[in-house]
Amino acid sequence: MTIEEIKNKLDLSVFSGQDGLSKTATGGYVSDLLSDVMGNAKEGQVWITLQTHKNIMAIASLKDIAAIIIVKDLQPSEETIEFSNKENIPLLSTSKSAFEITGQLYETFMFAKSTQEND
Amino acid sequence: MNIKFDIEGGNFSSAGLASSEVKRLLKQLNIDIKTIKRLVVAMYEAEVNIVAHAYQGEADVEINEDHIKVVFTDHGPGIDDIDLAMQKGYSTASEQVREMGFGAGMGLPNIKSHADKLNITSEVGKGTRVEIICYLNA
Ligand SMILES: Nc1ncnc2c1ncn2[C@@H]1O[C@H](COP(=O)(O)OP(=O)(O)OP(=O)(O)O)[C@@H](O)[C@H]1O
Ligand SMILES: [Mg+2]
Repeated sequence: MTIEEIKNKLDLSVFSGQDGLSKTATGGYVSDLLSDVMGNAKEGQVWITLQTHKNIMAIASLKDIAAIIIVKDLQPSEETIEFSNKENIPLLSTSKSAFEITGQLYETFMFAKSTQEND
Repeated sequence: MNIKFDIEGGNFSSAGLASSEVKRLLKQLNIDIKTIKRLVVAMYEAEVNIVAHAYQGEADVEINEDHIKVVFTDHGPGIDDIDLAMQKGYSTASEQVREMGFGAGMGLPNIKSHADKLNITSEVGKGTRVEIICYLNA
C-alpha cells in the first residue's frame, strides 16, 4: 500500500514531504519515546506519534521510516516541516487520537492483506 | 579512513547530524545495508547522549576493511555507575528532555543490542568515552 492510499483511506492531511507519497508502507509503529522507535521501528513503517519537533525527522530519516502521522491536530515546528521536505518523508496530520488512528491503520493493513490472499 | 565530528551538548536541533552523515558515506562506500542500519542506531544513541547529558564532545569514526569503530568522547558529568546506566529504563534526563520524547532509558541498551562491541569508560566530573564496533557482514 502506498502512503497516498493510506492518506486517502484515513482522511489525513499533508503538512509536507509530498514527493514521498508514492512510497510503499510495510506496516506501522506507534510510540512517543524516541529511543523506542530508534530501537524497534522497521524500515518502511508509518510512525504514529504526538511528538512534533525536528528530532522525529532525524529518526525517520535514519530508520528509513516511510511517513509520520502526527495525531490530535498537533502542529509540527517549521524546522520539522523543512526536514520532511528535504528528505521527502511525508508528514501527515489527523485530528484523531493515536488510539483511533492506529486502529484504522491496522484495519486498513489487515484488509489489504486479506484481499491479497483471496486473489 | 578516519572522520571526526564535533557534537554540541544541549543542541537538540543538530542531534543526529553525525549519524546521518556517516550513514550517507557508508552507503556511498557500498557497505552492507544491515551493518549500516545497526551502526546508525548505535551511533545516534551515543550522539544524542552527548547532546542530552554532556556539554561538548566528538565522534571519531574509523572505517576499516572488516569493521567500523566509532569512539565518542565528551566533557560532561560522567557516569557514576555504568552497570546501572546500562539498565533498561534508567534515566537521569531532565523534564525538558523527557517532554521531547527522550529519556526512556533505552539508548544504551539500544547500543548494546545493535553494535557488536560496546565499551564505556567514564570519570565523574570529567567525561565519558563510549566505544562502538560493528563488524561488516556480521
Ligand atoms: N555521555 C553521557 N554523559 C553522562 N551521562 C550519560 C551519558 N550517556 C548516558 N548517560 C547516563 O546514562 C543514563 C542512561 O542512558 P540511556 O541512553 O540508556 O538513557 P537516556 O539517555 O536517559 O534516555 P533515552 O536514551 O532512552 O532517550 C542517562 O540518563 C545518563 O544518566
Ligand atoms: Mg540516551
